[in-house]
Amino acid sequence: MARATHRTALVAATAALALGLSACGGGNIEQPSASGSAGGGGKECGDLRIAVNPWTGYVSNAHVIGYVAQTKLGCKVTYPDVKEEVGWQGMASGSIDTIVENWGHADLTKKYVDEQKTVQDAGLTGNQGIIGWYVPPWMAEKYPDITDWKNLNKYASMFKTSESGGKGQLLDGDPSYVTNDEALVTNLKLDYKVVTGGSEAALITSFRQAEKNKTPLLAYFYDPQWFFSEMKLVKVNLPEYTDGCDADAKKVACDYPPYALNKLIATKFAESGSPAVDLIKKFQWTNDDQNAVSEMIANQNMSPDDAAKKWVEANPDKVAAWLS
Amino acid sequence: MTDLAVSSRTTSATDATSAALSVRGLWKVFGPNADKLLGTPDLELSRQELQAKSGHVIGVRDVSFDVAPGEVFVVMGLSGSGKSTLVRLLTRLIEPTAGTVVLDGEDLTGMGEDQLREIRRRKVSMVFQHFGLLPHRKVIDNIAFGLEIRGEEKSGRRSRAQEMVDLVGLTGYELNYPDQLSGGMQQRVGLARALAGDPAVLMFDEPFSALDPLIRRDMQKEVIRLHHEVGKTMVFITHDLDEALKLGDRILIMRDGEIVQVGAPDEIIGAPADDYVRDFTAEVPKSHVLTLRWVMRPPGSADEGAGAPALPDTTVVREAARAVLAADGPVRVVDASGAVVGVVDDEDILRVVVVEQRAPAGAR
Amino acid sequence: MTTTLEPARPAPTKEAQPVAERATSRRTGRKLLAVLALWVLAWATLRGRQTLELANADTTGLHDWFNDVRDRVQLLGQDNWFFHGVLGTIASGLDTFVGVLQEHLSSVTPGDWLGWFGVLLLAAWVTYALAGLRSTLLVTVVLLFLGLAGLWTDGIDTLIVTIVAVVICMVVGLPLGIAMSRSRRTSAVVTPVLDAMQTMPSFAYLTPIALFFGIGPACAIVLTLVYALPPLVRITEHGLNSVAENTVEAGRSLGVTKGQLLRQVQLPMAKRTIVVGINQCTMAALSMATIAALVNGPGLGKPVIAALQTLNVGAAAVAGLGIVLIAIMLDRTTTAASERSSPAGQRVAAVGSPGIFGGRTLVLEKLPRWATEEGGRGTDRRFLTPSGRRLVLAVLLLPVLVGAYYSTRYLQLSQFPDLSGVPVLGELTAGPLGGHINDLTNAVVDAISGVTNGFKDLVTAVMLNPLQSLMSDLPWWVMALVLLAVAFLLGGWRPAVVTLVCEAVVLGTGLWYDAMVTLTMTLVATVIVMLVAVVLGVAMGRGRRADTVIRPFLDGFQTIPAFVYLVPALALFAATRFTAIMAAVAYAVPIATKLVADGVRGVSPATVEAARSTGITRWQMISKVQLPMAREALVLATNQGLLYVLSMVVIGGMVGGGSLGYLIVQGFVQGQLFGKGLAAGIAITALGIMLDRIARHAAARFGR
Ligand SMILES: Nc1ncnc2c1ncn2[C@@H]1O[C@H](COP(=O)(O)OP(=O)(O)O)[C@@H](O)[C@H]1O
Ligand SMILES: [Mg+2]
Repeated sequence: MARATHRTALVAATAALALGLSACGGGNIEQPSASGSAGGGGKECGDLRIAVNPWTGYVSNAHVIGYVAQTKLGCKVTYPDVKEEVGWQGMASGSIDTIVENWGHADLTKKYVDEQKTVQDAGLTGNQGIIGWYVPPWMAEKYPDITDWKNLNKYASMFKTSESGGKGQLLDGDPSYVTNDEALVTNLKLDYKVVTGGSEAALITSFRQAEKNKTPLLAYFYDPQWFFSEMKLVKVNLPEYTDGCDADAKKVACDYPPYALNKLIATKFAESGSPAVDLIKKFQWTNDDQNAVSEMIANQNMSPDDAAKKWVEANPDKVAAWLS
Repeated sequence: MTDLAVSSRTTSATDATSAALSVRGLWKVFGPNADKLLGTPDLELSRQELQAKSGHVIGVRDVSFDVAPGEVFVVMGLSGSGKSTLVRLLTRLIEPTAGTVVLDGEDLTGMGEDQLREIRRRKVSMVFQHFGLLPHRKVIDNIAFGLEIRGEEKSGRRSRAQEMVDLVGLTGYELNYPDQLSGGMQQRVGLARALAGDPAVLMFDEPFSALDPLIRRDMQKEVIRLHHEVGKTMVFITHDLDEALKLGDRILIMRDGEIVQVGAPDEIIGAPADDYVRDFTAEVPKSHVLTLRWVMRPPGSADEGAGAPALPDTTVVREAARAVLAADGPVRVVDASGAVVGVVDDEDILRVVVVEQRAPAGAR
Repeated sequence: MTTTLEPARPAPTKEAQPVAERATSRRTGRKLLAVLALWVLAWATLRGRQTLELANADTTGLHDWFNDVRDRVQLLGQDNWFFHGVLGTIASGLDTFVGVLQEHLSSVTPGDWLGWFGVLLLAAWVTYALAGLRSTLLVTVVLLFLGLAGLWTDGIDTLIVTIVAVVICMVVGLPLGIAMSRSRRTSAVVTPVLDAMQTMPSFAYLTPIALFFGIGPACAIVLTLVYALPPLVRITEHGLNSVAENTVEAGRSLGVTKGQLLRQVQLPMAKRTIVVGINQCTMAALSMATIAALVNGPGLGKPVIAALQTLNVGAAAVAGLGIVLIAIMLDRTTTAASERSSPAGQRVAAVGSPGIFGGRTLVLEKLPRWATEEGGRGTDRRFLTPSGRRLVLAVLLLPVLVGAYYSTRYLQLSQFPDLSGVPVLGELTAGPLGGHINDLTNAVVDAISGVTNGFKDLVTAVMLNPLQSLMSDLPWWVMALVLLAVAFLLGGWRPAVVTLVCEAVVLGTGLWYDAMVTLTMTLVATVIVMLVAVVLGVAMGRGRRADTVIRPFLDGFQTIPAFVYLVPALALFAATRFTAIMAAVAYAVPIATKLVADGVRGVSPATVEAARSTGITRWQMISKVQLPMAREALVLATNQGLLYVLSMVVIGGMVGGGSLGYLIVQGFVQGQLFGKGLAAGIAITALGIMLDRIARHAAARFGR
């Protein structure tokens, strides 16, 4: 503080000139907030590297866990941005500690968990992943029976587009999932053609335009997803999922199974004795919880950390359970 | 465009109405505010002073002249004297700052783009120093270009272009591309292209400067021949006095954008307007240019020289020399009507020829 | 991605047989028509058979083998001396180095070396020392904008990664370029590798690189190297090779050694061109910013990707704008710096043939005057003599250092203050600026989406669908023969051989059908690109004002990450192949336009004047004089447009383009489809090389 008076006039003037600052720096920078000592009394937490996959629901999980780990356990949290596959790879090679929302990925599980044993399952997140075919709200309202797949052919001509070659269009294709949609269309004898959208952005933009312009749209989508807090898409019910009905990918004629989303943790990290390991394993919440945080990030333009803070402060009980 | 007072320097071979080209008070000032400069005292400044003061350059300063139909009118001056600017003003390839140009009875000054285009298509053609040929077109298509532009159909323009090819002596090269031809041949293409449209006036901007001397002489002969054959009005720009004297019916000498002198070749040599022109013409073999009119003296008595055959006053000194030297005494000089206008004797002739021989080598 | 394996054949001299030449070209036209007729006939009779269509989830043996190799390498990687020892060491070295730079320059956590104010002052000082006053102003404004928009840390990170990558490129690329210029064999071996490096979409090899180099700065830098190295190497080689023959000869006549020739003659004379190479390398490096963010590379790509997750066009655009401004800043400053350092006589643009500008890089061939240091003043008049400038620099150093010191002490000078509440400046901070952009985008989309969708349907129905059917619904061998015939007729046997090899490669990838769909879209996009480029380029080439107005937009579209405009494009055209085409068009139009404009401007004024004297109309001038004379530039623009379009195939895959692009994206996110994605990447490379060679040889043959 004493140093503030030493400011040369030049610096102040230049800065004020450059930016029109009203007051230029009230005081000294505080020393790094060394809140290093862990709250849990156990081992020091140290670094925690939570992979961040590129969808908002995931960001919510990551930052809520990260925020708790940082404030309650004193961890130094970083959030490397990676796509899923790369995240698994990173856990195997030791540059990433955990993935906090995993959608299935049987192949990767087999490779890294069962064979290499470099990655471990860290329990369910409590979120239910629901995959399926959706229509925008206005359609469900105007054509209530459209939510039954048996009526889809009746409306097929409505869904024609420049891409669908005379049939109805089923817009697919977030590239992250292998869908059964082509097999479904064939096996359910639907007069539809699967068209590749190519990205989540493509799907969401299509729904927005469809709802705004009241144009028909049938597309593949999934929940939890922050977009549901903006628009209540309506799911079209396919023949109900029964165990094993999707065993042969070519013959699938039933709905997608609900995914129980889980967490993953690098073996190396699990054995490090960090208190964060426990936190990650115990972390659980509901779709509504996640969508609430996601909504703050996506629609209210809050930073993930701010959103996490707000939710954590509003839900002390849930957080306490993770730390017990 | 303000019409400036007609300059006192105007010389006319014919009266303006029957002229092929008539120019009055033409100005071109280069620079950002050229128009505003008109009528201000700044224009009285010399070219250098004006440039230093305001950054404007005077390209052409108050030029007026007339060109008679069928005449070869040569504009001559050192590099930078404004010749190219002047010739471009004549077809408004450059917009004049002031003055009028009347071409074949039509005033170009106030014309709109469309009319002007029509004039360029039918009435004038230009030949450029750097040929300006289209490298992606064959010779024949380059020549037919102007015809194509004005929308003539293919067969018609092909045959007309073929005539032109033959006329300029390029037969056999029709299907070559310009870059396969020598400089002289390329300029023949330029000539043929200009002639193809059968324009009333041909303009040449230093067409032969880029050619080597032998080719240049060929081309000059070619122009003279063509002039005989097609009899077009020509405005011919050059910095080469020799070329000017060879081709020009009349010559306009420019300096710093201004007219210094206008006249027939023998007038320029015989009565240079000032030291600039005199310097210019110093090395010209005068005997080749001056006519008897310039060396004769008034007859001393009525019958002086009566013994020898009379010579017309337009005879060039060199051609008259033998006859005069062979004669015993003075020889009479007569004008077109046959009236005696003067006499010449050996001494008059020798004065011209001997001066020439004392002149430094280089005069031819 | 445009140099040929073999030096381009000089156009055959017309002197020899002017008449025969005509006939050839007419006969070629007739033969092409015959090929077309046979093609359509084959289509009508054999449609739908042997198309080699592969369902989305299906893979071939090759794809599985790729996966296998990856898995084995990954297992090996744990303790293999090369993967773990060598690459691992390089990776951690790079990571540490970048980490240190970040800590000192971009990080604003208290207690670090330099706050924003110190970085700004130092950057301005260095720029003034190297480039001059205008550049200093530009740097200051750009850095202030980054701070204001809340992009300070990411922006400086981008600068760090870019500069580190470019320095490494120079260390590797300059010697390589020199070696290539001195040995034909080296050149012949390296060139195809460079081709592949530039055409192979980075998505296809992103996972393996992340495997070797871990995620983070090292991986981002290596990715950037792969893409940014080729232009530097190519341009260096080209610069050295194009030093005038007679200068080299004069050197030889004095008895210089090869080394002397290189050091004393070739390098100094090629300096300008090499600087252009470095410049191109920088732009290429910047264009990787977004992709690098997918492997946790630091920089402005992060906010772009983050904004895309929530479809926040405004936020993405603000971050994208940051990238554009950094590109313009680096471009103009390096140009000015190199101009300053070369003697006046050498200042003639040495860019020479722009034919070597690569893939997705920015072409800066002829900068508008306002952008260069000398702009604004007609001549090379400087305010200060060199010694005067040195004095000023020395005098300024003190306050700069003092400022830098204080920036580590005071919060406001360390962390860029939040000015969102301040009246005018507040509008430039990320939130409001992004909001304005969102509002504007929405308004535009609402206003025209009806029209654009109609347009899309029309083009798809009359152009895209028929062509696609013609190219992909055939037995594969028919289409292969058609391509071969076209290559032979247009370019002769050399491109035909290349085509044959490329076809074999595509066939081998098992993705023939998808490759043909991609090829269709590429061709349609290129046609649209050229239509737009000719219109804009002619306007720019003919008028200064048009140039001044249009050029900044071109620069912007060339550097802004495509992710920024994907969402509006989707809103305008829905998720369709046409959207993919439009995204490619937006990206390829700038380069093509600039090349056309250059060509038109390059038409000799003497010829233009001569044409004018014949009473030509404006339209006749353009169609009969300027465009034909700019034919070479048009060919080059088409070639570059094509390759730029191809480089957007992956992006296209994300907005409904399907085919190869989608397969690559899919391979990137789904482990079990990695091999298929890599195969798709290889197929794209093969398509790119094939199209490039055909265009090039056809140009050498018919471009006069
Ligand atoms: N576009 C122009 N802008 C400015 N000055 C010009 C321009 N064109 C010509 N000038 C100047 O006008 C003068 C005359 O040029 P020009 O007509 O080309 O001369 P010449 O053809 O006799 O060599 C020269 O001083 C030249 O610099
Ligand atoms: Mg001239």
